[in-house]
Amino acid sequence: MEKKDFHVIAETGIHARPATLLVQAASKFNSDITLEYQGKSVNLKSIMGVMSLGVGQNADITISAEGGDEAEAIAAIADTMSKEGLAE
Amino acid sequence: MTKMLKGIAASDGIAAAKAYMLVQPDLSFSETSIDDPEAEIKRLDDAVEASKSELELIKQKATENLGEEEAKVFEAHLMILADPELLGQIKDKIKNDKVNAEAALKSVTDMFIEMFEAMTDNAYMQERAGDIRDVTKRIMSHLLGVTLPNPALIQEEVVIVAHDLTPSDTAQLDRNYVKGFITDIGGRTSHSAIMSRTLEIPAVVGSGSATTDIQEGEMVIIDGINGDALVDPTDAELADYKQKAAEFAAQKEEWARLKDAKSVSADGKEVLLGANIGTPDDVLGANDNGAEAVGLFRSEFLYMNSNELPTEDEQYEAYKAALEGMSGKQVVVRTMDIGGDKELPYLPLPEEQNPFLGYRAIRICLNRQDIFRTQLRALLRASKYGRLAIMFPMIATVQEFKDAKAIFEEEKANLVASGVEVSDDIQVGMMMEIPAAAMIADKLAKYADFFSIGTNDLIQYSMAADRGNERVSYLYQPYNPSILRLIKNIIDASHKEGKWTGMCGEMAGDQIAVPLLLGLGLDEFSMSATSILKTRSLIKKLDSKEMKELADKAVSDCETVDEVVSLVKEFTK
Repeated sequence: MEKKDFHVIAETGIHARPATLLVQAASKFNSDITLEYQGKSVNLKSIMGVMSLGVGQNADITISAEGGDEAEAIAAIADTMSKEGLAE
Repeated sequence: MTKMLKGIAASDGIAAAKAYMLVQPDLSFSETSIDDPEAEIKRLDDAVEASKSELELIKQKATENLGEEEAKVFEAHLMILADPELLGQIKDKIKNDKVNAEAALKSVTDMFIEMFEAMTDNAYMQERAGDIRDVTKRIMSHLLGVTLPNPALIQEEVVIVAHDLTPSDTAQLDRNYVKGFITDIGGRTSHSAIMSRTLEIPAVVGSGSATTDIQEGEMVIIDGINGDALVDPTDAELADYKQKAAEFAAQKEEWARLKDAKSVSADGKEVLLGANIGTPDDVLGANDNGAEAVGLFRSEFLYMNSNELPTEDEQYEAYKAALEGMSGKQVVVRTMDIGGDKELPYLPLPEEQNPFLGYRAIRICLNRQDIFRTQLRALLRASKYGRLAIMFPMIATVQEFKDAKAIFEEEKANLVASGVEVSDDIQVGMMMEIPAAAMIADKLAKYADFFSIGTNDLIQYSMAADRGNERVSYLYQPYNPSILRLIKNIIDASHKEGKWTGMCGEMAGDQIAVPLLLGLGLDEFSMSATSILKTRSLIKKLDSKEMKELADKAVSDCETVDEVVSLVKEFTK
């Protein structure tokens, strides 16, 4: 299993467009990918799941991936996070 | 047999085409228990698949016809449709509770909708509840074997028949195919009516019964000049209407010749005819119709077409585009006029008993100065690209105007101090839409550079009659002597201080009102772009001195609207 922590810097947090982008990025991979925030974890391929967490600015989140392409998945998601100025 | 429907004429022109019913089908169902969950899950999967291909097609059509921006909503729908959480939960419910797919779908989506709607501190999420509702409807329609109307997929000439048209409905309409529309409800100032004039599509609104009296595919003639519609007309009637349409086209051609002419009365009095616009793109239509100015740029469309407050740069680009597009002609931008019937999903306002009399427009701006200052800075930065004028909506007192103006001056000084180039010729005026302000127009005229009369609100506040309430709509009386007296008071007060008065409500382009307004000395008439040439042609025929006599008589002698109207007819014979 691959894991990575992020600190959300985007003003809007992860709701509006950013959530869509993350879900799109995650959906390209076969691994099970989850987003964990305040003890709750959701499927990162589910737009409703991600949005229902209400992740705001300055939130600390963990993304984990498990499966054949877990390393690539985490790298791609980290890439989206930094390219879109979402989290660091 | 031909059926005749009467409604309100919303947008000039005549059209005949087959009816397209933009009506929601019945999506009710009963919950049943099932024995074969696998078969039920298959039904669900099939309905989801069918919804997916339908949405992909709609998205593609919407992109082609309307552009990427409008098509984005369908992308969001597709994503919800592919959501593993959502589908997983529905399938679990079918398996565990042994209920039919319809019941499982409704129960799971209701849960999500409720959850999102409960996020009252997050307007974006609340809005997503609407998307889930839309997607649920689509899947449900496939489960039940009924068809949802998909206006984006229209491929032949049609007349749209609807109860009412929402902004998202009209966003999907392709002008090449939609020849006209008719609705059950609405008035001349409802969204559907305004949109029909912007798109230059003949329309009749408020017919009361269009959706029950018209069947899908029936031939319908829309007469947007008189506010009539004929359903299933005879050949003779069709020919008759074709003739009328041709006459209308000929008249339009005559007006077109007036495009580059000045707006001058028969005796040589010059006035200014401007256009009301909602987006910088509308400048095109304004110029095509010979506008000499933009008398009203409704800036709230910047706020309403967005998921968050528009940034200073976004606003700057929009104002700059409008100013450049008008090439040096005056553009009057109205600062944010949110509240009343215009709400922002991302700026939730507390629910009010009486929103039209509540926290709106300048009242919000003076309180939420962050929003106001951002807009003023954007305007100031754009001012060097043309002739900008700014006006504040809903000013009731001298103090409010002074406060708003002071904030403007502060932002201007700040920008100048930091080296930003700002025009030193920006007029700052106010809307005249509150009777209290109209009564002290002489005081306000000392501070404001100009007045712009917003007739829709001025009339509804003066008459204490909600303009959207059909039961009291008879009180929407622009020609009532009471309203004319208020208007006269405003215009006279401005002239005494050497200022000018414009009008940016529907009344400014009204063919009965124009002679009166010319007589009252109105300086600028701002209206839907499509009314400009008609009005210019009318003004050319009027003698301003005679119209002054008419106006004086109407203001001092008339008791009723009927008396005013017959007086106007007598004077303009």
